[in-house]
Amino acid sequence: MTIDVPLIWAGIIGLGVFLYLLLDGFDLGIGLLFPFFDRAEEREVMLNTVAPVWDGNETWLVLGGACLYGVFPVAYSTLLPAVYLPVIAMLCGLIFRGVAFEIRSKARRTQNLWDLGFIMGSATATFCQGMILGTLLQGIKIVDGRFAGDAFGWLSPFSVFCGLGLLVAYATLGCGWLVMKTEGDLQQRLRKLLKPLSSVLLAIIGVISLWTVLGQPAVAQRWFGGHNFLYFAPVPLLVLACVVGIFRSADSGHDARAFILMEAIIFLGYSGLLISIFPNIVPPTLSIWAASAPRSSQIFVLVGTVIILPIILSYTALSYWVFRGKVRHGDEGYH
Amino acid sequence: MPGSSDALVLARLQFAFTISAHIIFPAISIGLANYCAVLEGLWLRTGKAVYRELFYFWSKIFAVGFGMGVVSGVVMAYEFGANWAGFSRVAGSVNGPLLTYEVLTAFFLEAGFLGIMLFGWKRVGPRLHFLATCLVALGTLLSTFWILASNSWMQTPQGFEIVDGRVVPLDWLKIIFNPSFPFRLVHMSIAAFLVAATIVAGCAAWHLLRGRSGEGIKKSFSMAAGMILVTAPIQMIAGDQHGLNTLEHQPAKIAAIEGLWETEKGGTALNLVGWPDMKEERTNYALSVPHLGSLVLTHTWSGEIRGLKEFAPEDRPNSTIVFWSFRTMVGMGLLMLLLGLLGLVLRLRNKLYDTRWYQRFALAMGPSGLIALIAGWITTEAGRQPWVVYGVLRTADAVSPLSSQQVGTSLLIFIIVYFLVFGTGIYYMLKLMANGPPVGDQAADVPGDAGKGIPGFDHRPMSRATDPIDE
Repeated sequence: MTIDVPLIWAGIIGLGVFLYLLLDGFDLGIGLLFPFFDRAEEREVMLNTVAPVWDGNETWLVLGGACLYGVFPVAYSTLLPAVYLPVIAMLCGLIFRGVAFEIRSKARRTQNLWDLGFIMGSATATFCQGMILGTLLQGIKIVDGRFAGDAFGWLSPFSVFCGLGLLVAYATLGCGWLVMKTEGDLQQRLRKLLKPLSSVLLAIIGVISLWTVLGQPAVAQRWFGGHNFLYFAPVPLLVLACVVGIFRSADSGHDARAFILMEAIIFLGYSGLLISIFPNIVPPTLSIWAASAPRSSQIFVLVGTVIILPIILSYTALSYWVFRGKVRHGDEGYH
Repeated sequence: MPGSSDALVLARLQFAFTISAHIIFPAISIGLANYCAVLEGLWLRTGKAVYRELFYFWSKIFAVGFGMGVVSGVVMAYEFGANWAGFSRVAGSVNGPLLTYEVLTAFFLEAGFLGIMLFGWKRVGPRLHFLATCLVALGTLLSTFWILASNSWMQTPQGFEIVDGRVVPLDWLKIIFNPSFPFRLVHMSIAAFLVAATIVAGCAAWHLLRGRSGEGIKKSFSMAAGMILVTAPIQMIAGDQHGLNTLEHQPAKIAAIEGLWETEKGGTALNLVGWPDMKEERTNYALSVPHLGSLVLTHTWSGEIRGLKEFAPEDRPNSTIVFWSFRTMVGMGLLMLLLGLLGLVLRLRNKLYDTRWYQRFALAMGPSGLIALIAGWITTEAGRQPWVVYGVLRTADAVSPLSSQQVGTSLLIFIIVYFLVFGTGIYYMLKLMANGPPVGDQAADVPGDAGKGIPGFDHRPMSRATDPIDE
């Protein structure tokens, strides 16, 4: 029996993308909530909650891109031209946001400008990521290993809706994170945002699910064919349960609950995406095996990844542990 | 459907622009990380505070460069797929894994040792700290190793077979240690050292010219001048060897660099200046020296060099570009050599720190390392054309199926964003340099130990420098 290396790699990259959504989601969300909190010390606290970890969170995006290139070059070279302008705009948004994050703490007169860059960069990156996911879910036309679709195929009502949906999802995630990491008046006002945000999010998830199932017979078949729905039914039910939990935690309850439930929703939504497309890496036709680099390439990269990935993972876990607990105004030492 | 020819030109411009903007920062980081390791080593050995102050000062600028390098590098990780889908599809099986190893190396380094180097001064002993600094310096060179393995394989590919129009790797050792790799790795690493040396010399010269002559400023001026004196000639030898290697593997590149059209018998002349015209197939206004071409390129009196006319017109690199980019690089190298030699003369006469014209020269030479580096990369990359993987895949077949509007739009976005963002980064680095290393009592303050918890966990390089940017 030979080992199915492409399957192992699909698992690693799937994990990488998941960690990215999980981790960079909430710090992008802080950029989205920024416009609603304009007092200098509140913004300082909000940024300090992610200062030690934000750039580590983006590690997963770079690693994901590089691994996709080395391991699934066919997916890499068809997906990226298909979502060309959103990818470029997303990268520029992330650049802007990252540099604004760092420079604003060194700026005095121009701090407002950098704050604006931080907000716009976060919003652009998030919206584009949502459009990319939406385009992927809709499927990309590939002929003979090359992208053969429309140049503006990424621009559709569905993809725009997914972009808006991700804005709400990240904002809710960021809100949950901040409720966990802050206290006092700031925390109270954040708590008030949880209910409206999560209600809108639930509606959006519902619409996207229906839209996909109605618009794409293959996805409908995956979810409802045979006994499949019996196995997959927990996914939507758990989403519902999580939203109910967030509602209850908005008034009282442990500060971390909303955040944990929100991360669970991200996990469930991501599972839903995987259920809909697996074993394709670029639906509707490109499977992980057809997208694979030659075995010698996949094994060559696997050796390094197996050694270094656990180090990065444990380092990440440890740095979250070190910086656990509440962040207060006037805490020194983050910038 | 391959992309249109306009899209091809725009995609090439875009790659040239984004990678030129990117390479500035890694080159500075590689050079300065190694300079910092030397400074810290000297401090441990001599106990002189001036070395420690210089370490603090230059590690701040290194950190900003490193941060900018990471940010601009993210774009590179996606640009291959977005603009060069044909290249990724055919050769991604080789270039992708090599770049993945670079990313893994860089993250490993950032996670493990950068935090200790930048923020852990009070939390670990001096020897452990020095070890971390050395590992960071080594790590920057390891990153260089992977990037240059990837680029050199595109110049002199080996260790693979083509199956169904795609590259299948057979022997990774052959792929990594391809014929041009050792030469290019050495040439690039020394170039990064020269980038740092010219910047350090320029910075110190600026302060000397303004009448600031603290010990740190004098010491860094002296070290940089000495480094240039030793390194510039070594770089010329390395470049010469690299050239011999190129003549063997990429003769069309050499012919284009020299603006050489005919294969001359009994010894080839060298065009010192001239204007190669690709349509007329000749080099106009050429000023040439008989036999010098053979002497330089083959190390013999009458060695033969194949002219561009021996290659089909569609296989020729653009001679006008590489002729002049090469001469820009060599010109910078000769000026650096002069800078080093004049520094030696002044040093022997004890006038190194109070010769104003020499300081002005050194200040003007501040960006020369970077100019030479970019000119050199333009030479080797444009000289590889019309191939993206030499002899295997043409650049025209490597581009993504995109319209020129799409690529033009993204190029415009990149230009605006890069000028704003990396312009700010460069401005901040210049500002830090203008603030200068601390003088006298200022030096008693030990900076850079912000952050709480375990060393290495406040690892964002950009938060190392705390000087305000707009005051």
